[in-house]
Amino acid sequence: MTAPTSLGKPEPEATKAEPVLSVRNLVKHFPVRSRGLVRRKIGDVHAVCDVSFDLNERETLGLVGESGCGKTTTGRVLLNLVKATSGQVMYQGKDLTKMSASDMRPLRRDLQIVFQDPFASLDPRMTINEIVAEPLRIHGQYGSSEKGRGQVRELLRTVGLNPEHGNRYAHEFSGGQRQRIGIARALALRPKVLVLDEPVSALDVSIQAGVINLLEDLQAELGLSYLFISHDLSVIRHIADRVAVMYLGRIVETAPVEQLFRTAAHPYTQALISAIPLPDPQKERTRKRILLTGDVPSPVNPPSGCRFRSRCPKFANELSEGERQKCVNEVPALVDRGEGHRSACHYAEAMKLI
Amino acid sequence: MTESTDITLDRSGAAPKSDVVLEVDNLTVEFPTDDGAVQAVRGVSYQLRRGDALGIVGESGSGKSVTSLAVLGLLPKTARVKGSVKLLGEELIGKPEKEYAKLRGNKLAMIFQDPLTSLNPVYTVGYQIAEAILAHHDVSKKAARDRAIDLLKTVGIPFPEQRVDNYPHEMSGGMRQRVVIAIAMANDPDVIIADEPTTALDVTVQAQVLEALEAARNETGAAMVLITHDLGVIAGHADRICVMYAGKLVEKGSIDDVFYRPRMPYSLGLLGSLPRLDESGKDRLTPIVGSPPSLLNLPPGCPFTPRCPLAQDVCEQEEPGLYPTGDPEHVAACHFHERLVGVSSSDLFRPISVDTEDLTAADLAPVDLEGQK
Ligand SMILES: Nc1ncnc2c1ncn2[C@@H]1O[C@H](COP(=O)(O)OP(=O)(O)OP(=O)(O)O)[C@@H](O)[C@H]1O
Ligand SMILES: Nc1ncnc2c1ncn2[C@@H]1O[C@H](COP(=O)(O)OP(=O)(O)OP(=O)(O)O)[C@@H](O)[C@H]1O
Ligand code: SF4
Ligand SMILES: [Mg+2]
Ligand SMILES: [Mg+2]
Repeated sequence: MTAPTSLGKPEPEATKAEPVLSVRNLVKHFPVRSRGLVRRKIGDVHAVCDVSFDLNERETLGLVGESGCGKTTTGRVLLNLVKATSGQVMYQGKDLTKMSASDMRPLRRDLQIVFQDPFASLDPRMTINEIVAEPLRIHGQYGSSEKGRGQVRELLRTVGLNPEHGNRYAHEFSGGQRQRIGIARALALRPKVLVLDEPVSALDVSIQAGVINLLEDLQAELGLSYLFISHDLSVIRHIADRVAVMYLGRIVETAPVEQLFRTAAHPYTQALISAIPLPDPQKERTRKRILLTGDVPSPVNPPSGCRFRSRCPKFANELSEGERQKCVNEVPALVDRGEGHRSACHYAEAMKLI
Repeated sequence: MTESTDITLDRSGAAPKSDVVLEVDNLTVEFPTDDGAVQAVRGVSYQLRRGDALGIVGESGSGKSVTSLAVLGLLPKTARVKGSVKLLGEELIGKPEKEYAKLRGNKLAMIFQDPLTSLNPVYTVGYQIAEAILAHHDVSKKAARDRAIDLLKTVGIPFPEQRVDNYPHEMSGGMRQRVVIAIAMANDPDVIIADEPTTALDVTVQAQVLEALEAARNETGAAMVLITHDLGVIAGHADRICVMYAGKLVEKGSIDDVFYRPRMPYSLGLLGSLPRLDESGKDRLTPIVGSPPSLLNLPPGCPFTPRCPLAQDVCEQEEPGLYPTGDPEHVAACHFHERLVGVSSSDLFRPISVDTEDLTAADLAPVDLEGQK
């Protein structure tokens, strides 16, 4: 494993070290077909649109946004579980999007995913031991049954579970325990990168806290890099080093975590932060909310220019007719406009919200 | 068409305390099953004052929904309900379903997590709001429709004159929930019961719906019971809070008392498990070890005992009542509530990462609170 110290948790974005994973101009469209016999293609869901980011070593990048904004699709395209429409995902000098399933195989070990409920897709007749052993067997690393069993026990211990329970079935475990089993399975091949897709969203908070602590410990011990997908900004603030905020398929702002909360510059990020209720009555009473009007537009037919303009309070209340033209006609680039981090709003302006 | 005019309101003089609109007293609910009785609600009491908002929080399965369904008279026939529920002084438990149905949607309104359970897919939303009005008021159809448009405006639906003719499926989830709120408002209810009204929604939409709920309360002056597992929602929208655990209220008080001065270890633990949007720094979270008990054959004693870092022998034997703390309105069900004065969750709970559900507090070394061993 690499030197654990200096690389630790880089605050500024400008780290010289090579990123583990580089995503460039990633696009994913899903065809929309007409009903009936012929099922002609009548349009595209623009699920992921020109997404670029780097994931650094031992870093947690939080990917946050509301339902349907393309978080899961980004995670899946990234791991080549779903074919990209265009764009690049560079890992160890190779572009994953161009690789066939068999070429991907050796790389699968390094790149793993944990789902919201890992058991939704698993055989209920398998014991926990078998579930965790499966990736080892597939990749020919199980070895003798003694060695294999030892590895499985060790993995269960690593995720804080009692190895004595390995002969039980998934349904005998609670949500938090299942999530730990999903993590054990993802760790089996000693990956470098984990995509965590809403790993704690289904859990009660008192249980969620233990799983979050576990993920933090594993990162420190095993030197993992996380792409942590969540719709919950509180969890993201707690666990992430950097954050990328998505809206309708695009990244609208990205910043080191503290900077994002101190100086959110995109009107959507601002609305998102201000909408989250704080478990603190005094702060809640004095807080100013930015209320958005309207609903998220259809990703089949996203607005021209800035995709947020149909709900943007700045567009509606502050801009002149002339200024609005720019929002309607030009896609705002994701660049630093003087706030110290990148945001995709023509009129970005840092604001402190909490 | 039934006529029930506002005269009923004047009878509130008959209520014991004119200020109290809803009084729940020692409510218990059991569900008989093959394995024995599920004790879903075990002696819940609370009073809701006119215009007040009471939040109910608790873990999944703690009995929040069953308590409210019992108040609304909506439990399945198999449920065994005991205790008393008084609305404006009038006893509801044991009321024939026909009379209950008349109260619901009139004095007693409800909002559930899924708006589609409350809306009929084959009628426009305007028709459904108007129906709710016409069911209890003798007004013209035109007047009912105008009122429907007004109500849609109050709950923040843009272009209400057009939206009034939409079917539910033509609206987003957040808009549908606002229609349900409009229907709930239609007859100036005294009490609105909202069970996880925003849980299925995105946060920016949740903010819109909560705003609509506030508007509804302002306009009708209704008192509200707001059930949610989100402590943030309670902090912003309730005056008082009840914390539920294993079918019981374990702490009750003003939101400031319970959030800033919790006196029941479970409430303290819940607050300490929350990742905070408003705090930088990476303080470790403190989960609560163990999981809630089964509501079948509950052992005697405090139901939080196996998870509680303060537990002593007495906790296993005697179930604590709701003891008054500093403020008599602030009560907590813990034998050792006095020891929690000035204690923070990180003093009491550990930042562990192992599978907490397989542990009990006894598996960890006892905590060392000041003034005790
Ligand atoms: N296989 C598919 N076919 C067609 N459309 C899809 C498919 N998968 C996703 N989409 C669409 O792509 C968009 C992005 O979906 P995605 O699941 O990535 O969002 P998300 O951010 O993960 O949302 P959530 O928070 O609800 O999980 C949505 O509009 C979704 O309906
Ligand atoms: N019809 C029923 N028959 C048997 N048990 C029931 C029935 N309805 C509810 N219960 C049980 O009663 C207990 C309390 O359930 P309730 O729905 O009130 O929980 P809750 O606090 O609302 O949880 P959540 O946060 O998940 O909504 C649970 O253990 C549940 O399984
Ligand atoms: S580019 Fe225009 S519409 Fe988009 S967020 Fe900025 S101000 Fe709003
Ligand atoms: Mg998703
Ligand atoms: Mg419920």
